[in-house]
Amino acid sequence: MRLGASIQEITKEYHLGGEVVHALRGVSFDVPEGDYVAIMGASGSGKSTLLNLLGCLDHPTSGKLFLGDENVAEASDDRLAEIRASKIGFVFQSFNLIPQLTVLENIEVPLYYQRRLSPKERARCKELAEMVGLGNRLYHRPTQLSGGQQQRVAIARALVNDPLFILADEPTGNLDSATTEEIMALFDDLNRQGKTIILVTHEYDVGRRARRIIRLKDGRIESIIDNPQAKPRSELPEDVAKAKAPQ
Amino acid sequence: MLHPLRSLLTVLGIFIGVASVIWLLAIGEGISRKAQEQIESLGATNIIIRSIKPPSEQVQTSGLVLQYGVTRADYARLVETIPTVVRAVRIRELRQRFSYNGRMVDGRLVGCTPEYQDIVRLEIDRGRFIQDSDLQDLKNYCVLAAGTAEKLFPFEDPLGKVIRVEEHFYTVVGVCKPKMPSAGIGGSFAAQDFSSDVYIPITTLWWRIGDVVFTRRAGSTEAEQIELSQITLQVDKTANVVPTADVVKATLAKYHPIEDYGVTVPLELLEQARTTRMMFMVFMGLIAGISLVVGGIGIMNIMLATVTERTREIGIRRALGAKRRDIIRQFLVETVVLSTLGGISGILVGFLAPLLSEGAIWALQFLAPRLYNSLPEIVKTMRPVVVPASVPLAFGIAVAVGIIFGLYPARRAANMDPIEALRHE
Ligand SMILES: Nc1ncnc2c1ncn2[C@@H]1O[C@H](COP(=O)(O)OP(=O)(O)OP(=O)(O)O)[C@@H](O)[C@H]1O
Ligand SMILES: [Mg+2]
Repeated sequence: MRLGASIQEITKEYHLGGEVVHALRGVSFDVPEGDYVAIMGASGSGKSTLLNLLGCLDHPTSGKLFLGDENVAEASDDRLAEIRASKIGFVFQSFNLIPQLTVLENIEVPLYYQRRLSPKERARCKELAEMVGLGNRLYHRPTQLSGGQQQRVAIARALVNDPLFILADEPTGNLDSATTEEIMALFDDLNRQGKTIILVTHEYDVGRRARRIIRLKDGRIESIIDNPQAKPRSELPEDVAKAKAPQ
Repeated sequence: MLHPLRSLLTVLGIFIGVASVIWLLAIGEGISRKAQEQIESLGATNIIIRSIKPPSEQVQTSGLVLQYGVTRADYARLVETIPTVVRAVRIRELRQRFSYNGRMVDGRLVGCTPEYQDIVRLEIDRGRFIQDSDLQDLKNYCVLAAGTAEKLFPFEDPLGKVIRVEEHFYTVVGVCKPKMPSAGIGGSFAAQDFSSDVYIPITTLWWRIGDVVFTRRAGSTEAEQIELSQITLQVDKTANVVPTADVVKATLAKYHPIEDYGVTVPLELLEQARTTRMMFMVFMGLIAGISLVVGGIGIMNIMLATVTERTREIGIRRALGAKRRDIIRQFLVETVVLSTLGGISGILVGFLAPLLSEGAIWALQFLAPRLYNSLPEIVKTMRPVVVPASVPLAFGIAVAVGIIFGLYPARRAANMDPIEALRHE
């Protein structure tokens, strides 16, 4: 199995006034392609910090971080932006859609920064919106959508550049349990189709759907558990995922 | 363009700045064209010498008669001693009352030679101008200016009719076309008005009226002795105008112990008008520039607010792959679009400058007659002329203001840490 990401002795320090906050104190693990990882741990344990580093939003203080075979730990700011544009799909707790854009336009944004907006790609954006069950809401604004619907738009947006990873920081943190179930079903389907997913969560119900659970404590890995409850990868044929997408 | 009202207010600053650039330049151009026109009507190669009544304590009196001004001897000297003078015209003018058949006009009686027509560019409407033979024969012929003819002969053809000037009679042999007033000369700034003139041969004037003129004033009589009112010299080419004028001044100064004459050089006035215009334009440009800077600061202020307000959006865009320069471009495009819109609307309104200023002057006539009357003639009659170069200039300035004042907010947006920006509420 090919390696999607390899994290080697990553540390991250924040300097606050004279004080140094050690958010990550040496974290190492590998993520093969197609993996489904949940990062869990107490508040302040460094989950978001780790995810942001994986998402190339920041540089680690030390250590190596390979995405594919490129060490991005020391990449330039512009290079990081290129990697984010081409290899990463983000899903946030608070959805983070751009309020003045329509559903369709929000999904198109990552393509815009890759200079890839063509009629063909636009058609694909529509398909993605349909896939997450929002085919009839293409021209609505985010404020006209429910939280669950907004998160579906965010997932469609994360998929539009066909990324290596989907990174999700507490994607269900703002949703009720029924909607959480729907959104997680979407993630499960995506993973079954081969997408690598790394998500941060507090909720055990969410975490147990992943194939592996990494527990952080005070900036270190406390444990990595293979989840026996995770559904095997090819339980469903690929196109069933589409058919099963909730309305 | 999230906030239409806010965008509109932002645009307003640039709009006013650009409109005022175009407008002020148009007014400046209008005034200077008018001035130039008036000066040019005096003739660029001319030198004009006029008799001026000196302050009373300096005046030479022979008996009761005030004696001053340029003389026939001056004329002869100037014409004979200065080779660059190709033509010389002398006139004698008097304020007189003209009458015909009970109608009366107060105007200027001008004793002149045939060349006068050429030198002040009088055009004949009907009949003819004064001729050399009229001068030789001391004819009682006169030519009427358009205004005089209209007032004395509202219904008749003036040709062949005899008009009365004080106690003398003259037969009308010609009528001139209307002529625009020209710039003031001989130290006076009042424009020269040709509308109520009557032209007669200068020899006839000398013969019939003479040099001494009596003016009756409540009880006392004042007498003035003036040989010539004005000498106009035409110089062979423009390059010689200024040196010739110097010689003229030196020659006259030798024979006139007191300054009872004035020398006007239209070419100098023209150059003066050009520098005045330059200064005016610079001054106007400065005012317009200030209003544009104010507009620019307005844009910057609003863009800074927009950047803060859209911090979250900037974070999102960065997370989705936008580079710093993408963010800079986004905000810069927004400011430039705003300032360009302001610029375009300003240019359109700037084109209305002629209409607006005419309307303003017209309104002033009724709302503030006193202020209106105190305006110089040139301001009342000028028409603003939109300087073609001011359009691309104003447009360029608007775009430049957008870029200059948009750059700082845009850079600020681009330099935000994406993680911080995403966390922003
Ligand atoms: N920009 C920052 N400046 C200073 N300290 C920071 C910064 N970001 C994170 N930290 C610190 O790093 C540590 C890890 O933060 P992190 O956000 O990764 O925690 P987390 O595990 O995501 O917590 P939560 O579950 O509450 O989201 C915390 O102690 C936090 O205070
Ligand atoms: Mg967190």
